[in-house]
Amino acid sequence: MNFLKWIGRTYLICIVVFLYVPILVMVALSFNESQLYRLPIEWSIRWYEALANNSKLHSATVNSLTVAFLSTCLSTMMGTAVALAFYRYDFRAKRLLQILIFPPITIPWLIIGTAMLVFFFWVGIGRGLHAMVLGHVALSLPYVVIVVSARLKSFDSALEDAARSLGASYWQTTLWVTVPWLMPGIIAAALFAFAVSLDQFVISYFLAAPGVTTLPVEIYTAIRKGLTPEINAISTLVILLSMLLLLGVSRFYRFGGRD
Amino acid sequence: MNQRAAVLSLISPAYLWLTLTILLPLSAMLYYSFLSDVPIGSREVSWTLENYGTFFEKAFYSELMLRSFKLGAEVTTFCLLLGFPCALALAKSIGGRTKEALFLLIILPFWSNALVRIFSWTMVLRGNGILEYYINWLLPGTGPLGLMFTYPAILLGLVHSYLPYMILTCYISIDAIDNQLLEAARSLGAGKLTIFFRLIVPLALPGIVAGSVLIFIPVIGSFMEPRLLGGRNGTFIGTIIEDQFTAVFNWPLGAALSFIMMGLVLLVLLGFSPLVRRFK
Repeated sequence: MNFLKWIGRTYLICIVVFLYVPILVMVALSFNESQLYRLPIEWSIRWYEALANNSKLHSATVNSLTVAFLSTCLSTMMGTAVALAFYRYDFRAKRLLQILIFPPITIPWLIIGTAMLVFFFWVGIGRGLHAMVLGHVALSLPYVVIVVSARLKSFDSALEDAARSLGASYWQTTLWVTVPWLMPGIIAAALFAFAVSLDQFVISYFLAAPGVTTLPVEIYTAIRKGLTPEINAISTLVILLSMLLLLGVSRFYRFGGRD
Repeated sequence: MNQRAAVLSLISPAYLWLTLTILLPLSAMLYYSFLSDVPIGSREVSWTLENYGTFFEKAFYSELMLRSFKLGAEVTTFCLLLGFPCALALAKSIGGRTKEALFLLIILPFWSNALVRIFSWTMVLRGNGILEYYINWLLPGTGPLGLMFTYPAILLGLVHSYLPYMILTCYISIDAIDNQLLEAARSLGAGKLTIFFRLIVPLALPGIVAGSVLIFIPVIGSFMEPRLLGGRNGTFIGTIIEDQFTAVFNWPLGAALSFIMMGLVLLVLLGFSPLVRRFK
């Protein structure tokens, strides 16, 4: 049995190596002096310096953060409310509604993105940052509901009863008793939603107006134009940020669903 | 406050939002798929089945659809073959802090930028890239590998992107299997292979199914990965649909192709459901 365990562990390490090596290669090449990715690597930070003067990337970064911030606020509030309703009440169509929150995950993004493009064009919403916020909120809602629901599982509803019997109204109880207790879950959900929005490429790609893009869309356009180590540098920063966000989530929420 | 009002006020913002961003757009797309042209300005537009007809008339589209489904099946299979043992090892052969740390390490790249990860592979695979450089350094005279812009490159990139999904879903269901059950089987004389195929695999089936669905569906609709890693070999139904919306501006055809694709995906999932039920 020990032999099997040893094989298992070695295998696990191989998988982790497989998952990380390409990313590490990409990061290492962002510190390479050569414009043409010539090897061996000569260490330099000139591509990060180049980022500082790239105004296109600056505006894309600002756009990305704006969209992520707005959609995080909206989806966290709405998703938390939905999780509360599912926790507190049993009602007809609850199962159905619980399933309906998931289409954003189970329909290919390509189809959701193009459908949004068609519909927003049709009704006059058009493309641009506001359209992206509309889309990103829908995509991050299911994650918020899942994460907040997980936290609610260990909530003692006697707390709410106590507040009510002391004279607090329904909304006062929700706002001043339940929500503060849920805060770790809500923070995790918000970080999650932020990461989902920041990493979202497909929906943003279809909803980007000419000249108004987000970081992933800008990176994609740059790659298709031709590879430069500047793309590596910006990608390194993006991946660092999203890993930090998800590490933050994992402080509050246990992936794998065991509480 | 009565329950009805409370439920409504809590859930209606989210579901109205989903209606506006998912349900109505999909309906609009369905509507467009039966139109002869995009209704802009004063263009004459009529109802037609032609967009769906195009798919069945031209072998080009059905061949690409088949190619996409083959890609989806292959990526899912590879993810299962690589991911299941990994989930098993993670759930049953280590414990404590190492387990948590390793789990996090595998899950973290899961949500991080898909685009950046595909870009990373172009760095590894491209001509004069890292892989070619080091293989030629180890074995001088190997020459160019020619991996970039091939079907295997797309396969590799997609497996790398989606592997964590399979590990996560399988891990959740394997981790829930009671160790005492495995112990009991062992003490009753079951061999390792018997335990694996008659106990662990059937019990982990929900995780396998969830992982497969979560991988198969997006892979069929992928367009960015085949474009970046496949170059001219990267034409799939996803890239054709994308073209209809961003380059050719034949939205009705793109819409029809999307719905044919979703219909076929549904058929495949229905085809597999008896198998799933039998195991239960």
